[in-house]
Amino acid sequence: MLSRRIIPCLDVREGKVVKGVRFRDHIVMGEIVDLALRYRDEGADELVFYDITASPEGRSVDRSWVERVARVIDIPFCVAGGIRSVDEARAVLHAGADKISVNSPALERPELIDELAAAFGVQCVVVGIDSMRDDDDEWRVRQYTGDPSKTRSLSRRTFDWMIEVQRRGAGEIVLNCMDSDGVRKGYDLAQLSVARSVCSVPLIASGGAGTMEHFRDAFVQARVDGALAASVFHSGAIAIPDLKHYLQQQDVVVRLQEASGHE
Amino acid sequence: MSVVLVDAGGTNIGSVRYALQRLGVDAALTSDAAQIRAADKVILPGVGAAGPGMARLRELGLVDVIRSLTQPVLGVCLGMQLLCAHSAEGDTDCLGLIPASVNRFEEAPGLCVPHMGWNRLSPVTTHPLLKHLEQGDWAYFVHSYAVPVGAYTLASTDYGGGFSAVIASANFHGMQFHPERSASVGAKLLKNFLEL
Repeated sequence: MLSRRIIPCLDVREGKVVKGVRFRDHIVMGEIVDLALRYRDEGADELVFYDITASPEGRSVDRSWVERVARVIDIPFCVAGGIRSVDEARAVLHAGADKISVNSPALERPELIDELAAAFGVQCVVVGIDSMRDDDDEWRVRQYTGDPSKTRSLSRRTFDWMIEVQRRGAGEIVLNCMDSDGVRKGYDLAQLSVARSVCSVPLIASGGAGTMEHFRDAFVQARVDGALAASVFHSGAIAIPDLKHYLQQQDVVVRLQEASGHE
Repeated sequence: MSVVLVDAGGTNIGSVRYALQRLGVDAALTSDAAQIRAADKVILPGVGAAGPGMARLRELGLVDVIRSLTQPVLGVCLGMQLLCAHSAEGDTDCLGLIPASVNRFEEAPGLCVPHMGWNRLSPVTTHPLLKHLEQGDWAYFVHSYAVPVGAYTLASTDYGGGFSAVIASANFHGMQFHPERSASVGAKLLKNFLEL
């Protein structure tokens, strides 16, 4: 039985891990490799690193830390940040990342997804989607969310885009529900449930985790494959081993460090 | 002990190499036939598609080199699939070293393809490669194609039915999951391979 994944997200800015609230006002949380190792030891199933200013600054991800992480980490990790071409993706994968995630550049040029899937296989290609509910109650996609001064609203509807990226070769989708990001009121279950119904590849919930119940609800009600969170893990508000034992008690299949014993 | 990683263009070569370094082994990355033949252990990594993977081995003149190896060989993920007879991915004839065929997972309600994430290993036989492996140990998988369970299966995994997680035939071995990304379980299995 495939386990549900718990995925700490590390936003990287100028070589440090940072965290903002609603994508603004970033504070430094720590060193990249230190935090990566801490989460690995605590039982994280995967890590995601977002070089959050790469895309707004028009540059690709800084690869030096990708290699440092790859040397010490023995769980999978995904890297995102301004990857605009097959060559840039190849460099990040060769530095040791297991997957690459594209967001703003895929909105600029959707063919990028086809090209990445053809070059590396769909299993390497994650598409991140930043989504917000507009005044007419429609969810639409946002671009360049790493820098509030450059964030753009698009006319593209979230679920239309979600269907298109799968057709083009997305092997996994991370849905960042921006209305709930960083405010710890729970994942956007309504939006994630609709997303689940149109998503036949693995779906990762992002934005809003505040309590252990929020993770359970995302897995049980919205049936997501993984739940991504940052602030609750960085702050120590939720410890991953406690979260996994709680989820197991709630009949959610999770990977505990020991195969025997608790399971 | 000399260990080589066959450089056939797979993108996970770096991570496999780092995983071996964590076990104290510095593996050379090579596509040189003589160096591959002379190694004590040969690892065929690979992420990508079967057709381009085989095309790359042919371009490098490595198809017959790999077929002629008598030392322990380990294929990881696509590398394992390339050791099989045939892959449905692009209707590709592979190396034919393990008598198995590779099929696509069938999508079903609640069953996402690719199969991506941590799943459990069930040993179905005893083999030195599985030393200290416990029933239910977790490994990290990312793949859309899989080998059915057969006489060559050492360990299986369930995803809408059982498939082969670890296979072997003579000196050729394969792991469908990524041992380099499967935490302590993966390190244990890589160490077993190095000790074959």
